Amino acid sequence: MTDLTQTSSGKPVPACPSSAREHRPGSGDIVPSAPDILKVRLEGYKSAAESVRDMLLADLIRFGEIPAPTFAEEQRIRFLANRFEEIGLAHISIDGLGNGMGIIAGTEGRRNLLVLTNADTLVKNIKDQTIEVRADRLVGPFVGDNSIALAALTTLPLLLERLKLQFKSNIILLATIRSLERGNLEGLKHFLANSGRYIEAGLCLESVQLGRLNYHCIGLLRGDIHCRLPENYNWAQFGATGSIVPMGDVINRISQIALPHRPLTTIIMGMVKGGIAYNNVARETVLSFEARSESLDILNQIKQQITDVINEVGARSGVKITLDVIAQREPGGLDISHPLVRKATAILTDLGLQPMLYSTTSQLSAIQDVKIPGLTVGLTTGERRYELDEIDESVNIAPLSSGLAQLVGILQAIDEGGVS
Amino acid sequence: MKLNLRKWLQSLTGRAPVKIPQKKFQVADWLFTHTFHHSQFADIKSLVVEKKRQNLRISLCLPALNEEKTIGKEIIMLKSELMTRYPLLDELVVIDSGSTDQTREIAASFGASVYLARDILPQYGEKHGKGENLWKALYQMRGDIIIYIDADITNIRPHFAYGLVGPLIRMPEVQYVKAFYDRPLTVSKGVRVSGGGRVTEIQVRPLFSLFFPELTAIIQPLSGEYAARRKALERLPFPVGYGVETAHLLDIYHRWGMAAFAQTDLDQRIHRNQSTHALGKMAFGIYQTFFRRWKAYGCVEKLPAMETVLRQFQNNDGRYEQIESLIREVERPPIITIPEYQQAFGRRP
Repeated sequence: MTDLTQTSSGKPVPACPSSAREHRPGSGDIVPSAPDILKVRLEGYKSAAESVRDMLLADLIRFGEIPAPTFAEEQRIRFLANRFEEIGLAHISIDGLGNGMGIIAGTEGRRNLLVLTNADTLVKNIKDQTIEVRADRLVGPFVGDNSIALAALTTLPLLLERLKLQFKSNIILLATIRSLERGNLEGLKHFLANSGRYIEAGLCLESVQLGRLNYHCIGLLRGDIHCRLPENYNWAQFGATGSIVPMGDVINRISQIALPHRPLTTIIMGMVKGGIAYNNVARETVLSFEARSESLDILNQIKQQITDVINEVGARSGVKITLDVIAQREPGGLDISHPLVRKATAILTDLGLQPMLYSTTSQLSAIQDVKIPGLTVGLTTGERRYELDEIDESVNIAPLSSGLAQLVGILQAIDEGGVS
Repeated sequence: MKLNLRKWLQSLTGRAPVKIPQKKFQVADWLFTHTFHHSQFADIKSLVVEKKRQNLRISLCLPALNEEKTIGKEIIMLKSELMTRYPLLDELVVIDSGSTDQTREIAASFGASVYLARDILPQYGEKHGKGENLWKALYQMRGDIIIYIDADITNIRPHFAYGLVGPLIRMPEVQYVKAFYDRPLTVSKGVRVSGGGRVTEIQVRPLFSLFFPELTAIIQPLSGEYAARRKALERLPFPVGYGVETAHLLDIYHRWGMAAFAQTDLDQRIHRNQSTHALGKMAFGIYQTFFRRWKAYGCVEKLPAMETVLRQFQNNDGRYEQIESLIREVERPPIITIPEYQQAFGRRP
């Protein structure tokens, strides 16, 4: 592997400045210590990342302003493929389902490393998806989920080119469709089942938060509970409560399910929809929820308990209540002592970041389901600020260079071997 | 009785109002040959090759006044694509009228060269208005082609610049390229609805229709985005305020005719909506510019002295009050008459 680190001005960074060298007894030579070499390399990657910042931000805006609700990501994927073509990547393709892919060809090309993110967004039916650029940050609808990560896919080849850095392995850059909500990682699962390539390791990109290091996936049960009025419902009866009141009972009962702290378990009731007007009895109410646990057994117990609740409330109130499970994922992943986790932790620490090791429910689970070692990392810091609209997020510009440097550092570590 | 405008003007001035071209101008022909869509220039690499072959320098100017919400995005989008990724632009300059917000700081932080208009050619004083920035940009920038893009666009895309510069690179006879957006033209499939802004439709298009019908082919005569050759711009006077776009069209038309123009469809432009009061001021400035030329071209012997006060009304608690605004369209001379400019560019009038 060639490693000629360059700064934004194009001047080569010394492989190891004097401060990072140590004296080899008897030889008269100064040799750098391994941790210091890593630190110096990462600093070089950071300053090179600064030089491609504008292109990253421009692509971030372009991706972020293209509507891409789950099941309608074509435009974003087309933009991604066009960008890959402009850059000159090999094997640019849009697969049968609609995932977009490009490959940075390795010098040996025997191994494949996968870098991926989701192309779909939670923004639905919004006319103005404009992203605003402020002095130190960008603000826009779900700009942190996941436009930065998509822009990182199109910027990474340019960054490696600036660094004159070539890996032995092929780097597969993948933007998946149908990831969120009812998509349930369909795009990624399709790719993993059909790509025909042996993948040595996977790196999932999330826009925020920089410093996260997800090595393990928490189990997940995601579903909708539908409460519908029966055909023979007595509409004329004064005081008819429709489907909302029984759903209120269901919510109440679910919130009373005892959840253990260990293994960590939680239930999020994220969305309730029902009714059309003040004075109309609601025909149908839908509760969308997600249960998360480190234990598959507990998730199965929760599923059974929710089934019992809806059966009981349905029988008592005379309405039809059903559970529609739209996603179920098993917990699993790497051990915290896995070499990949250790190496990534060291890289983040050398970049001056505080590694945040925790479990996630992201795309990582699909990777780990097929026994590919993988991690999820964030690219910058951001927040959903209270004064912004509910869907507007704010992401910071300055940390992006560390985010990209971390990405190069981890890929390099995997490419060098011994961590996956 | 039907008024014969031509005869009427001749009776007033003793000469024809405008030069009659030998070959009758056909709007449809001109639209076909001189109207483009930005996608026709999307091959930026080939534009760069042709630019280099012609040894052209291209400068982009963003005139600004309190545009902190949009300036950063414009610079990122244009610089990253048209300077870093493809070297189409040689410089990106912000000429600021004295913003009191963070416009200059943000512009500089994203890599633009930023100048205060009052610091450029200070010996010629300080005037207020967008036209002042555009005029001073000619001295500050080095390009053979100058692109002007307003700094208040929220949906900026690289095609705003390459769509305007494309016809100048491809067509040597074209001097000035105007933008239009989300509007007219019968395209290959279907018809889109026509229409400019309110001032365009209520004021400029009727004026052009009456006196310079060929110029009605310019779909959006007041659009703030255009590109032109230095050798044309340096010979034009610049109204410092609202009349600059109208003046450019009239003066270029007067000197070089319609063959010097092209126009490019940039799809859609999202920007701030202006109040009717603000548009009234704009229209007032345009009238001054228009009639000054109307007179200079010899279209009338004598016009009455023009008022410089615009009178509008506002409703104050049920009572209508008259508001007076002083609007004086001062003009800069052609920059080629400025000794410093002549020295800097080695040019003579």
